Amino acid sequence: MKKNIFKSLFENTYLFLMFLFLYFPIVMLMIFSFNSVKSTSNWEGFSLRWYEQMFSDDALLEAFANTITIGILAAVISCIIGTAAAIGIQGYRSKKAKGLINALTNLPMVSSELVMGVSMMILFLYVKIPLGYATLLMSHITFCVPYVIVSVLPKLVQLDTGLYEAALDLGAKPFYAFRKVVIPEIKPGVISGLLISFTLSIDDFVISFFTTGNGVSNLSIYIYSSVRRGVNPMYNALSTIMFVLVALLLFMINKRSGNKNNAPSIIP
Amino acid sequence: MAKHLIELTGLCKTFDDNEVLKDINLYINENEFLTLLGPSGCGKSTLLRIIAGFETPTSGTVSFEGKDLSGVPAYERKVNTVFQRYALFPHLDVFDNIAFGLNIKKLPKKEIEQKVRKVLELVNLKGFENRTISSLSGGQQQRIAIARAIVNEPKVLLLDEPLAALDLKLRQGMQLELKNMQRELGITFIYVTHDQEEALTMSDTVVVMKEGTIQQIGTPTDIYNEPKNAYVADFIGESNIIDGIMKKDCLVNILDTDFECVDTGFSENEDVDVVIRPEDIYILEPDKGKIPGTVESVIFKGVHYEMVIDTGSFKWLVHDTAKYEVGSQVSLFVKPFDIHIMKKS
Repeated sequence: MKKNIFKSLFENTYLFLMFLFLYFPIVMLMIFSFNSVKSTSNWEGFSLRWYEQMFSDDALLEAFANTITIGILAAVISCIIGTAAAIGIQGYRSKKAKGLINALTNLPMVSSELVMGVSMMILFLYVKIPLGYATLLMSHITFCVPYVIVSVLPKLVQLDTGLYEAALDLGAKPFYAFRKVVIPEIKPGVISGLLISFTLSIDDFVISFFTTGNGVSNLSIYIYSSVRRGVNPMYNALSTIMFVLVALLLFMINKRSGNKNNAPSIIP
Repeated sequence: MAKHLIELTGLCKTFDDNEVLKDINLYINENEFLTLLGPSGCGKSTLLRIIAGFETPTSGTVSFEGKDLSGVPAYERKVNTVFQRYALFPHLDVFDNIAFGLNIKKLPKKEIEQKVRKVLELVNLKGFENRTISSLSGGQQQRIAIARAIVNEPKVLLLDEPLAALDLKLRQGMQLELKNMQRELGITFIYVTHDQEEALTMSDTVVVMKEGTIQQIGTPTDIYNEPKNAYVADFIGESNIIDGIMKKDCLVNILDTDFECVDTGFSENEDVDVVIRPEDIYILEPDKGKIPGTVESVIFKGVHYEMVIDTGSFKWLVHDTAKYEVGSQVSLFVKPFDIHIMKKS
């Protein structure tokens, strides 16, 4: 009995230390975002002044708007492309071709973001698309598509091909059958893909850094360039909001995948 | 005079060098219950999928009421299918599953409700409208799959081993129900199965298939009593298939013993297959029958005993209601009418 108490005590202490190590900096950041003075070490009292300052900074708000619109657009567009691609991949009869295409689409997920960012920048310069909002969006769509494919494909594998045929058999035209039977069946995977894409997009810095220009910046780039000029607790406030937003999204994704053993939960 | 509803002419299907169907010619009458019977891989399901429009034949034609069906997509054919694994839409409830085809036809809501209620009554699942698919048992799902197909009042119902996933008792009950349904509705059924008993119980016509070819077409009685070759005889029920030599008309030599039979038209001393059903063999006391033998094993089968009797060069499968102890000496006798002679294939 005694041994067990020691064991569980050790386990709990270890777990506590782990989480402390992981979350202490973030928790400190969050606490100090409510500090009333410009100090990251002395607590002088609660205030929302950094939040106020943040919401009156036009450049920051613009960057925030860019992040959100690009996040939504990239998520929706990559979802459409990725779902179509997954259906195409699943349609291959040859196992070899299927495996190859699958591997090729997975490659961008494991390759370095730096490589992705630089190569896309070079491509945009080569075809003479001016760097800016459009290129930023295109690059975000590009790195999101594989994640959508990965979350939709397992749903398609599970899907009984008989369902689509049954719909045709009952008189449904192919598109109607797809809309009424296939889409509802793969919807959980598509939505997971959508949430993952949005999370990845608002989180991304490296690829965005290389593929934007013309003064268009998203939040991560804005913070990066501002922090170089000096730490301002306003960024604590911003980071707190970003962290809560992403954490909320991740929570939703994992809840979905936990609920009905949906597409695998991918934590970026 | 029955009308040919579906005609298949010279149908061939090849999947990557693999000939699945070889020159199939078959017609199906109106109101007929036709069964495609054969082991897995004999092409029976492919044949069904061609009729349904899910596969295109490599060559040959399918005609429906005299019109060529090639180029007509599945969704425009007046046939409906009951799939092997039911293929019910899991995200829709029972009502919406059954109403799926009716909704596409844009029937008025009231009429759809009426039809769904009526068909649920027909399959004995009254009041199941709002149940989810996952809450149904296998047998219930099967009934919903049938209801979903017949509610569209198809001319032909295609059934792809619909009872394969059910247990024996349920299967036997459903066999009778399906047969009754077919009579009541006056729909042509094309039924695919590998279960010979199922085929014999339900069908008007049985088509026995082997490796993409049709071996025999006939009524269940014909197929059972007059199998065309040793393959059909073996597939339809248990049989003793023995090499024999036709001495002359109505006399065959099996295992060095001459037997009288009723078959004619073979040349003298022609090698033939001789098929004798286990229930057509009589076990007599030693010396009273034609061939002496020893009882090797006895298995109780309910109505009869299944015995293996060793006559030295051949082990006979015999069914008899009387039991003979293992090791006892007996002799076998067969009536001439029960000896079926077939050309070597």
